[in-house]
Amino acid sequence: MTPSPIPRLEVKNITKRFPGVLANDNISLSILPGEIHALLGENGAGKTTLMNIVYGLVHRDSGEILINGMPVNIRSPREAIQHRVGMVHQHFMLVPTLTVAENVILGMRPFTHHLLDMREIEQDILKIAEKYGLQIKPSELISRLSVGEQQRVEIVKALYRGVDLLILDEPTAVLTPQETTELFKTIRSLTKQGLSIIFITHKLNEVMEVADRISVLRDGKLIATKSVQETDKDELAFLMVDRCISFTVEKPEMKRGEPVLVVKDLTVSDKFRTQVDHISFHVCSGEILGIAGVDGNGQNELALSLSGLLRPSSGKILLNGKDVTHESVRKLNRVGLGHIPADRQNLGLVMDFTVAENLILQRYYCSPFTTTLGFFDLAQIQENAQRLVREYDIRTRTTQTKLNHLSGGNQQKVILAREIDQKPKLLIAVQPTRGLDCGATEYIHQILVEQRNAGAAILLVSTELDEILALSDRICVMYEGKIMGELLNTGEDILRIGRLMAGVTDS
Amino acid sequence: MELIALLSATVRMATPLIFVAIGETYSERAGVMNIGLEGLMLIGAITAYTAVFFTGSLFFGLIAAMLAAMLFGFGFAYLAVTIKANQIVTGAALNMIGLGVSGFIYRVVFANTGIVSAVKTLPAIPLPFLSEIPFAGPILFNQNALVYFVFILTPITAFVLNKTSLGLSIRAVGEHPRAVDSVGLPVFRLRYGCILFAAALAGLGGAYLPIAHANQFVEGLTAGRGFIALTMVPFAGWTIPGVFLGGLLFGAAYALQLRLQVAQLAIAYQFLQTLPYLLTLAVLILSRNRTEQPKALCVPYEAG
Amino acid sequence: MSEPSTTPAMPKPPASRLDLRSRSGQLWGAVRRSLMPLLAVAAALLVGAILLLIFGYDPIQAYATMWHGIFGSQRNISEVLLKATPVVFTGVAVAIAYSCGIWNIGAEGQFYLGAIGATYVGVYWGDLPGFALLLLVMFAGFIGGGLWAVIPGLLKTWINANEVVVTIMLNYIALGISSYLVTGPMKEASGYFPQTDMIADAARLPRIWLPTRLHVGVILAVILAILVTILLYRTPLGFEIRTIGSNRNAARFAGMPVKRTIIIAMLLSGGSAGLGGAVEIAGLTGRLFAHISPGYGFDGIAVSLIVNNNPLGTIFSGLLFGGLRAGSEIMQISAGIPSVLIQIIQGMTIAFVIAFGVYNILQTQQQKI
Repeated sequence: MTPSPIPRLEVKNITKRFPGVLANDNISLSILPGEIHALLGENGAGKTTLMNIVYGLVHRDSGEILINGMPVNIRSPREAIQHRVGMVHQHFMLVPTLTVAENVILGMRPFTHHLLDMREIEQDILKIAEKYGLQIKPSELISRLSVGEQQRVEIVKALYRGVDLLILDEPTAVLTPQETTELFKTIRSLTKQGLSIIFITHKLNEVMEVADRISVLRDGKLIATKSVQETDKDELAFLMVDRCISFTVEKPEMKRGEPVLVVKDLTVSDKFRTQVDHISFHVCSGEILGIAGVDGNGQNELALSLSGLLRPSSGKILLNGKDVTHESVRKLNRVGLGHIPADRQNLGLVMDFTVAENLILQRYYCSPFTTTLGFFDLAQIQENAQRLVREYDIRTRTTQTKLNHLSGGNQQKVILAREIDQKPKLLIAVQPTRGLDCGATEYIHQILVEQRNAGAAILLVSTELDEILALSDRICVMYEGKIMGELLNTGEDILRIGRLMAGVTDS
Repeated sequence: MELIALLSATVRMATPLIFVAIGETYSERAGVMNIGLEGLMLIGAITAYTAVFFTGSLFFGLIAAMLAAMLFGFGFAYLAVTIKANQIVTGAALNMIGLGVSGFIYRVVFANTGIVSAVKTLPAIPLPFLSEIPFAGPILFNQNALVYFVFILTPITAFVLNKTSLGLSIRAVGEHPRAVDSVGLPVFRLRYGCILFAAALAGLGGAYLPIAHANQFVEGLTAGRGFIALTMVPFAGWTIPGVFLGGLLFGAAYALQLRLQVAQLAIAYQFLQTLPYLLTLAVLILSRNRTEQPKALCVPYEAG
Repeated sequence: MSEPSTTPAMPKPPASRLDLRSRSGQLWGAVRRSLMPLLAVAAALLVGAILLLIFGYDPIQAYATMWHGIFGSQRNISEVLLKATPVVFTGVAVAIAYSCGIWNIGAEGQFYLGAIGATYVGVYWGDLPGFALLLLVMFAGFIGGGLWAVIPGLLKTWINANEVVVTIMLNYIALGISSYLVTGPMKEASGYFPQTDMIADAARLPRIWLPTRLHVGVILAVILAILVTILLYRTPLGFEIRTIGSNRNAARFAGMPVKRTIIIAMLLSGGSAGLGGAVEIAGLTGRLFAHISPGYGFDGIAVSLIVNNNPLGTIFSGLLFGGLRAGSEIMQISAGIPSVLIQIIQGMTIAFVIAFGVYNILQTQQQKI
């Protein structure tokens, strides 16, 4: 590296406040040409906000941005692109109904240059993709591509715009370990051609593997910037989270009982494809079965069909020995199924209802909430809410507060309180801690283990391998709707699980 | 002969519907559903009628109709896009306003003052040679200028939507506005543009009724055509050629209904009058799940 | 987009400015919510005034006439109440459907079908004993309107058909049916006019403020609004309706019978509008004619929307729009100003309610049922 080159990007004293949150607090850092710079931090540490400011999607309250030493004022993505800054968002910015080529050139030609010669454009795209060793097919529809392929399209989209600085927001969240390795290769080849990469993540392993320098953010503040040689995982973990450094839950020996849930040859499919493909497994009382797998491999559909929200096309579901394959949601709930859904705001809660109302969402029609005359007993509803708010430490002003005034962690606690208070025999928990901060995550893990100890059967679906390893007694790995393998959790089979997640069977 | 007259009437009756539905296709492709088309058509109709009555210029009447509808369309766009209001409510308000404003102006300027109120209308212009083609000639090429305009507008709007960078941006903004924003395209301006384009065409479709179809304004003369055009759009799978064919189908229903009324059949005229509405319901049932609607339809865009 | 659930949801534009959680904030919010609709009406009247000016009327004089038309005499006040009665029925109809997440633009048609049902019973079953006949007339109104609204409900649950288009089409079809009946099968036996015979005397609602035409229907409207409020906020069925209206997926998740509840809500919604039609026949006109409603069903949309679809609120907004309609009719008679002005004012009121951002009117749901 040449002595003190001009940084490609420099941010100075950036501050950004959202209602109630100081998202970025006086952050300064610089990105050198050709470096891979990791931005490390927990959910909500302010990484994405900072990068959205650089990319012109969010406007800073104060501070300065310099590109190649020149102060710039980026007010929109268009201006960011003009300054040769590109960003691959965590949720891809691709239009599924358009082709790869159409997505790549979207916004590239002014409206005055009307005609689109798609063949010529596709040639250009192929040329760029080849230059960086990226395989894509320009005429294919986005909706037909795998997640990894879509990510490549996003990268080509940025390269086609001639960027010098590429921001990748949690790029590995949706990838298998193998795809991740592939991505890292690509990133390195990009930096060899002089690009700078900013890599947003919360995963320590990846940072150590790929980054040149690492900036750690916590609660909106920049804690430290280290080069990879002068630090290690323990130090980074310590910098990233100041409290729960050790990510383990106290778990007594499993007391496994009878099977509660038995799934036989279950298949779920829609018009287009088979999401769950002839799956069989069982969960016993007193154990946590973890379903691992990369997002979108049929775990959601599995959970939805088990809880009666999606009709299986074939197979059997037995709950406590009884066939419940085609039972209604309500019936399942009554015979002891609890469900913490992946999409809590859209499925588990009514955001403009009060805490009290959300806490009776399934049992509103039962005594004591509804009297024999058929009217609500408001006092009972209120009492129920107050008790659960107390027991589960739900932070809310009153029980009449609407759910959208609560933080994500407390919203999740409302669901947890409601489901667990019904004393479920089987609890399906899907991504129970996604997007939650450290404290709430710890609390929810604790409750799940308590339920297990009390004899409930727990089916935990998570894409976070750490979570699966920390909680599960047994682990099943799903890939493209199938269970690739099942193993007892000894905490030492990460490599094997990784292979299974990528669809590589044991041989 | 009877058949030729019927088909010729079909084309004439289809024209206003196709105008309105082409505009709405653009609007919905951009992610905005405007159920206020009926109101905009009425605004266009009363404006054209008044303008032609006082100036005698049909061309000026058409331009005025489009501008007036665009003015109201702008108000709709402001609420639906900038304020991010619910598009259904906003459209419902627009219908009331359109019905009210057209009725008010008609009564104040014409009915109350007792002005004789027939205006001149767009003449049929037989195209040289083409109109002499047997069968097709009198059906397609002995029509008024707006019918020809629809013949031209249909391929042009289809081409722009599918083959140009503007069309690409419009198609993208109705599916994934955030993606459009992230590549630096102006989401709001694209949506405003499409709403205004749709409003102009709704104004034109409304203007057609008093100055090409009849020579009169009658309160509520659109009689649900705005809603029928609205139904045609999903029926056509959000495509321009589909909308053109759908327009002909409804045009046929209208033409048939008029023919049968004249024919003095034993069927009560009220039932004939409801024919287009029954057809709309039938179409709605038949067109279920044929194509996916634009993902961001009716979803206001929240930046950042 | 930025780490979804840690930055707490999207701030609702109207509420974000003030801290609704503080007590003074709550008070201010309540005041705001009750004043804003009035402000919206005022702004709409202002637009009306500008329109009047443009067309050469004196708006002050026009509105003075309207004011007189509302409060000028015992008779005028009774006419306001008479006009308010049907729009409270249709307003409640819109509010019930809205609570379930359905836009019922078809209260007009349901009002007609209710009127038809009531008239049929009142005319042809006239020899039934007194009170039973009256009950049956009301029930026929409820069923007529209710079944008419079940059609869009079924199409919604069956093929997810856009209920706005369906209800509008059914409005036109209802008008056609009504027009056919009064010129054909149900035309009065003796006369020349396109109208039915008078319903039996026993089927008429009693008058309550002689010598005016005011009848007991106005009280029925208030009772309906109260009953529907109790239904929505104090019963399991109401809880189901509101849950489906707020988040259809959550309702499914909670095991609620979503499709069945939507059908029931539409039955109740259309039933309310149909009752309005029955009350109009039994209380006021005594017979059916082609244009029995000057647009009460559409008024119901505005009536419901400006009170945030709160059924109890429709009593007040119904009075407001009933007053405006009665006043504008007087204005038309004595100042020659077309009463369609009222339609512009209603539409503008909705627009202003939206523009002021008073309510966070729910976004149309895209999810399949």
